[in-house]
Amino acid sequence: MDFSQLLADVPTLVAVIVGVPAVLAAYIVGGEYVVRLLPDKLRPSVRPWIWVGPALAFVGFFLVYPVFGTAYRSLFDLSGNSFVGLSNYVTQLSGFPSGGSWIAIRNNVFWLVFFTVLVLAFGLLFAVLTDRVSYESPIKSLIFMPMAISFVAIALIWKFMYSYQPPGEPQTGTVNALLGIFHQDPRLWVQDPNVANQALIVAAVWGFVGFAMVILSAALKGIPGDLLEAARVDGAGELTIFRRVIFPLMMPTIVVVGTTLVIFALKAFDVVYVMTNGNYDTDVLANRMYKLLTASQDFGDASAVAIILVAAVIPVLIFNLRQFRAVEARR
Amino acid sequence: MMGLRLGSIRALAFLAVAAVVACGGAATQGKGSVHVLAVWSGSEQDSFKAVLQPFQDQTGIKVEYESTRDVDAILQTRLQAGNPPEIASLPSPATLTKLGGQGKLIQLDSASNPVLDMSTFNSQYAQGWIDLGKINGKLYEIFSWAAVKGLVWYNPKNFAAKNYQVPASWQDLITLQNTIKSGGTTPWCIAVESGAASGWAGSDWVKEIVLSQAGPDVYNSWWQGKTKWSDPAIKSAWQTWGTILGPNNSNVYGGKNQILATNFANGGDPMFKTPPKCYMHNQASFITDNFVKQDKAVAGTDFKFFPLPDVNSQYAGAHVGAGDAFSMLKDTSQARALIKYLTTPEAQAIWVKRGGKLSPNKSFDLANYPDDITRQVAQVMTGAKIFAFDAGDLMPTDMKNAYWKAVLDFVSDQSKLDSILANLDTIQAKAYTT
Repeated sequence: MDFSQLLADVPTLVAVIVGVPAVLAAYIVGGEYVVRLLPDKLRPSVRPWIWVGPALAFVGFFLVYPVFGTAYRSLFDLSGNSFVGLSNYVTQLSGFPSGGSWIAIRNNVFWLVFFTVLVLAFGLLFAVLTDRVSYESPIKSLIFMPMAISFVAIALIWKFMYSYQPPGEPQTGTVNALLGIFHQDPRLWVQDPNVANQALIVAAVWGFVGFAMVILSAALKGIPGDLLEAARVDGAGELTIFRRVIFPLMMPTIVVVGTTLVIFALKAFDVVYVMTNGNYDTDVLANRMYKLLTASQDFGDASAVAIILVAAVIPVLIFNLRQFRAVEARR
Repeated sequence: MMGLRLGSIRALAFLAVAAVVACGGAATQGKGSVHVLAVWSGSEQDSFKAVLQPFQDQTGIKVEYESTRDVDAILQTRLQAGNPPEIASLPSPATLTKLGGQGKLIQLDSASNPVLDMSTFNSQYAQGWIDLGKINGKLYEIFSWAAVKGLVWYNPKNFAAKNYQVPASWQDLITLQNTIKSGGTTPWCIAVESGAASGWAGSDWVKEIVLSQAGPDVYNSWWQGKTKWSDPAIKSAWQTWGTILGPNNSNVYGGKNQILATNFANGGDPMFKTPPKCYMHNQASFITDNFVKQDKAVAGTDFKFFPLPDVNSQYAGAHVGAGDAFSMLKDTSQARALIKYLTTPEAQAIWVKRGGKLSPNKSFDLANYPDDITRQVAQVMTGAKIFAFDAGDLMPTDMKNAYWKAVLDFVSDQSKLDSILANLDTIQAKAYTT
C-alpha cells in the first residue's frame, strides 16, 4: 500500500481542519461586531441574515445558480452558441410513445409506482411482523443490511443473480437456478424488454426496503400501548386494530417515507446504468441525461432533460415539505 | 476578554490562509507520477501493468493507472472538470480526434519541441498507422498495440472428428454452416454483452461484411457519415450477417438469449466443451488470451483460426483491424517519457509475449510472438491487401453507441431491420454535426 499520496495531502487536511472553523469563527465574530455598530432597533432584523448568510451563499452558489444556469442552457443548441428557444424540449417530448424521452419518462413512472409501492408495502410488512417477535433485532439488522451496500454493487450482485445459461446447462444465476428447481426453463431477465424494468426495480427494492422498515418500525413503536389495549378491550381484532388504529396513526410517517422514495425513483440512475445502460427499453431520465451529456456532448438536450426531471420532482418536494411540517406541528 | 479572543481568532484565520497558499505549491516530489486512463481490466490490466513495470523501475516515475469500460464518458467528464489524466488510451480514435480538433491534445511532432524522436518513429511505423494518428497533418495519437478482427476461431480437434474442412470461400462457409446444422449442432457461438458497451462484438461482424462485400470506398464513406445506414450496401451487410445468425438466430448456440446475455469474453467457451456446443467463433485476435486463460486451451492444438472468407472476391484480402491509441492531454516530462516508451518495440513486446496483442511497429521481432498462431495473425495484418480501421471506433461516440444498440435490436428481432436502420439514419444526421 502506497501512502505517499495520502501523506502529501496532510498539510491541506490540516489547513482545512484548522482553517475552516477559524474562518467561520472570524466571520461570526466580525458579523457580531458589525451588528453592534448598528442602532438597537435594526439589530434583530439584521442579525439572522448574518448568521444564515454563509448557508444561503452556499445553497445559492451550488444549487440555485446551477439550476437556473441549466434552465438557461436548455434554450441553446448542443454547442451552446445559438439560441433555439424551446426546440430542445420539443425534441425530448415529441415522438410519443417511443421517440424523444418518452421511453425514459414511461420507465420513471414505472419506477415511481412500483418502487415506491413495493418498498412501502414490504417495509410496513416487515415493521409490523418483526414488532411481534422476540428476535426482532437480528431480523431487522439482516433486512437493513443491503442499505450498507452501494447501489452500484447492488446492481452488480443482481446482474449475477439474473445471469442466464442455456437450458440444460448448470444455471449460475440464482433466479434461473430457482426456476430450475421447479422444472422451468431459464429465461432472460435483464435483456428481455418485457421484464427488464421489473427486474431492475426488484433489485432497487431489495436495496431500499430496510430504510422504509426502520423508519416505519420507529413510528410503530411510537404508538402508545394503552391505545391498542383500549381497542382490544373494546373487542377489536388484530386486523381491525391495524386498519383502524395503527395505520391511521402511522399515515404521516408513511407519507413522508413515500415521498422520499418517489424522489429516489425519479432520480434512479445507478442500477439502470450498471445493469443495462438503458438498453432493452429500460432507460430512465437520469441515465438519458448522462448519455446526452457525455456521449453526445449535447448540452442543450441534456439540460432540457435535467429540467424536465427537476420539474417532475418539484411538486413532490413541496408536498414532502408540507407533510413534514404537518408531522412536526402535531408533535 | 472579547478583544483577546478576537485577536487569537484573527491570527488563526491568517495562519490558515497562509497554510493553504503554502501547500498549493508543494505537490510534486521525487520523480513525479503520470496518470493513465484506459479500458483494460482483469488479465489485460495485469498485462498493461507488466508493461509499465520496467518503465517505473528505470525512471522512478510512478504510473497511476485508472481503468473503466465507459472511458469516453469518464474522459469527457474529467476534461470538463479541468482534471484530465496526462495520458489516455482509447480504443476509439474518434473521441481523441474530436478532442484534438478542440485543441485538448498535445501535439506529438511539433517542430520546436517534439515528444517523439520523429526520425525513429517514422522509420518504425507504417505510414497507415502514422496517418491514423494525425489530425490536420499533425500527430496527436500513437498506436502501441493492434488487433485484427474478422478471425474465425475453431477447435481443430472438433473439425477433425467430424471431418469438416476450413472454408476457402464465403460459399464454402455457408455450406459448412449448413452441414454442421444438419448434423444437429449449432455452427456458431456469438456473444455481445459488454456492460455499457454491449453490442460491439456483433457490430464487428457487420463492419467486416461491409468492407468485404461493398469495398473500402463504401466503408469509408459509411463511417464518415456520408453513406446512409439505409443504403442498400449497408443494409445488405446486415442481411448477410442475418444469414450467419439464421432465422431466429437458430445458427447460434443458445439463440437470441445466449447472444444477448453472454459476455463477449466468454463467447467462445462452449466451443471447448465436450461435446462442443458450437464449432466457430468470430472474434478479434485478443480473444486468444481468454482461450488460454479461461478455457485452458492450447494454441495450435485446441484452437486455430481462418480469416473470415471474402464475401465479394472483388475485395479479396480485406481486413478490419483496431488499435490502442495513446494521446497526451497534459504536457509533463513524465508523460513525455511514458509516450516515448510506449512506442518502443521493447515495451510492446512485453504485452505481446503475454498474449492477445500485436505490435504495429515494423521493427518488431516476430520471434516475440508467443506462438505460431499469433505470428499467423500478425501476418494477416501485415499481409492484408485492404486494411481498414474499425469503422465503429472511427464514428462519433453517439453514432457508435447507436450502432451497438442496433446490434442488440437486430439480434432481438431481425425482421425490424428497416426501422432499426431508419433510426440509425436519424442519429447519423445529427451525430456528425459537432
